[in-house]
Amino acid sequence: MFLKQRQLGRKKQATWVASALWVVVLLALALSDTGPAVALPPPALHLRAIPAFARKYGMPCSACHEAWPKLNNFGQTFKDNGYQMMNDRDAPIFQQAAYWPVAFRITPNWHRESVDRTDITNPATGGVTTEGQLTTHGFDLSGLDILTAGTLAKNISFLLVPSADNTASFHFESANVRFDNLLHTSWLNVKVGKFELDNIISEKRILTLSNNGGLYQIYHFIPVGDINGFGLGDNQLGAELSGHSRNDYTRYSIALLSSNDGNVSLPNGHGYDTFLTFSQAFDAGSLGLQRVGAFAYLGRAPTYVSTQAGGSAIADGLGQKSFYRAGLYGLWYIKKLDFMTMYTHASDSAFLGTGTPAYTPLPLGAQAPVWNGGMIETHYTWNPQFILINRYELIRMSRQALVTNPGNLGDIDSLTFGYRYYPFISSRAGLAFHNEYSIVRQRGVAPISGRDVSSSSVFLGFDFAF
Amino acid sequence: MNIKKIAKFLFLPTAVLFSIPCLVAGQEMESHLGKLTGHAESGKQLYYRFCWGCHGFRGDGTGENWLPTGNFPTEPYLNIQPRNFDAAVFKCRSTPTGTLPTDQDLYNSVERGFVMSNMPSWISLTKQQRADLVAFIKTFSPRFKNEKPGELINVPAEPKLTLESIKHGQELFQKLECWKCHGQEGRGDGPSASTLTDSNDQPIRPYNFAVGSRFKCGSTNQDLYKIFMTGVDGTPMPSFADVVKPDEAWDLVHYLRTLQVTHKSPELVLWESTKEGSQQVASRRVSGTPTGSGIK
Repeated sequence: MFLKQRQLGRKKQATWVASALWVVVLLALALSDTGPAVALPPPALHLRAIPAFARKYGMPCSACHEAWPKLNNFGQTFKDNGYQMMNDRDAPIFQQAAYWPVAFRITPNWHRESVDRTDITNPATGGVTTEGQLTTHGFDLSGLDILTAGTLAKNISFLLVPSADNTASFHFESANVRFDNLLHTSWLNVKVGKFELDNIISEKRILTLSNNGGLYQIYHFIPVGDINGFGLGDNQLGAELSGHSRNDYTRYSIALLSSNDGNVSLPNGHGYDTFLTFSQAFDAGSLGLQRVGAFAYLGRAPTYVSTQAGGSAIADGLGQKSFYRAGLYGLWYIKKLDFMTMYTHASDSAFLGTGTPAYTPLPLGAQAPVWNGGMIETHYTWNPQFILINRYELIRMSRQALVTNPGNLGDIDSLTFGYRYYPFISSRAGLAFHNEYSIVRQRGVAPISGRDVSSSSVFLGFDFAF
Repeated sequence: MNIKKIAKFLFLPTAVLFSIPCLVAGQEMESHLGKLTGHAESGKQLYYRFCWGCHGFRGDGTGENWLPTGNFPTEPYLNIQPRNFDAAVFKCRSTPTGTLPTDQDLYNSVERGFVMSNMPSWISLTKQQRADLVAFIKTFSPRFKNEKPGELINVPAEPKLTLESIKHGQELFQKLECWKCHGQEGRGDGPSASTLTDSNDQPIRPYNFAVGSRFKCGSTNQDLYKIFMTGVDGTPMPSFADVVKPDEAWDLVHYLRTLQVTHKSPELVLWESTKEGSQQVASRRVSGTPTGSGIK
């Protein structure tokens, strides 16, 4: 009995110590100002959580989202049905005429960014460029998403997302129309326009928001010196054929995409890529739903361009060389605890890897760069209003583009943790208090010394969607 | 203040706090579905994630989408009031009218959803989650503690489909005055249709056979048979168990399938093969601009 009490006491003590440490660590990180305050690129978030659907169907955010914007399987099924509940009441004819399927999302925030080795030119110290630590912090805004989505008619859906960075410079993050349940089967759906690749581990629904943590490193990694601008997390332009079982346990998609990394007006000229994905979920009883899947992206990117208008405009992307990204992923649930795991294997052509135009010979010792990535993201969903998040990513070069490069040049380790607290859950709007810390270390990329570079982000914000 | 005084001071609020879980009725309620056992405590977490927006915190069908002022909601997001679990009156059962449904009936409703309402199919949840939800839903009404579900109604094997069966079903449709609510063409527009209300005194429209292939309580012929025999409790649709014999009920099933002119069932195909049937079906098919509302 006495021993139990002592153990309980210790547990309580440990909880208090952990809580205090958490606060102290975040405060210490936030307040340790060791460098000059210079603006770093602001976070530009283009994330999905669409209260317009909650309003349309009168369902709380938590019905479709594990913790918004991350979807649960019910939300994924709704999305895969073309934003339809499949109750023969999805067509706009069943809505009030005044209903307008629009939602806004933005995050006023305070954030602190620090990078330990960057090139700094300070006129006050003679204008000499030196390598040093740079830390900035202050109140800021995220980008804005205007999310409009829904059905145009039964089995015809749309998604339009005009997005702005935090200077209100707009672009179309998504714009697509989708034809659902062709031939009366959920296995045939076609989508055309600009859309997120069918990534079950969706970067558009990422639960972390900071400069460092607000993206999946393994979706965007490019080796040092590589000229391929492709990112698996970037929305792409093209057409997608997809299908799923009624409960969404089995899913597939095949997409034909323009080789422009989602940029409009064909900056890379001609060329097409392919993205394939398949996943299967398993009902594991009281543990929850487990899902495993695989994907492959086969693409081409130009190594040089021809120009027109006297050389001021790109005419066509030429010397296209191939690259690929492939991966396996899993979503593992142990009741309230869940893990998202991913392994990726990727390679670019030696021309892309060394930045060599295809009409010139490759440099001596050039080879196609190859790398592998791994990720584990853990969530503990205490209840629909509170979620703890932790993510670790690593990327390792297994073959450098030039044999003279150090073997670990560009390798990345990234750690992010935080929580989101939703003070209320309703079917009209959403608000989350978001607190996050993220650190990324990349090997050998310091601009002057060539040493490792570490950067960290602290982010506190009020993420709201209406 | 010494330790004893502090203990006394803390006793009452602590006792109240710890007794709350005991006051919440039947958290230990279970559901049994074959080898699957659902637990109310787990279902509670799911209910307050997925269901409360419509069915309400107390399960009485007054979620935030149904805030009545007078007889009508301020925001008509839902045109059918969500089920009031307090009342324990359920539409889709395999038990006689007025009795409690089985766990399987509730499970099927959660899995299937209700066509033409805001209640979606929850088939994307795991089986265990659906069973847990059923267990929790049963905690809202004391009836589930005090009563057992009704006896399962017997659904005899479906007889062979014949033209005679369809024609006899057509006669029964007239004799039983189904047309008064459902209309002669089964469009839910009979002379009584506009006067009907449900057990919540809300207007309710009879089922329109002319659109789609699914019914409120399923999509098979067996499901349709059960609807006659159990009635749809909480709505004006009565049970015909004491009025029609099993073979007559099957005849009615066969005829009603022919009213589903947008669903190519064996009954419709057979009926269209006759001159009378093909004329009827042709006259019932709506053509024109598709509105996206399901009318073709």
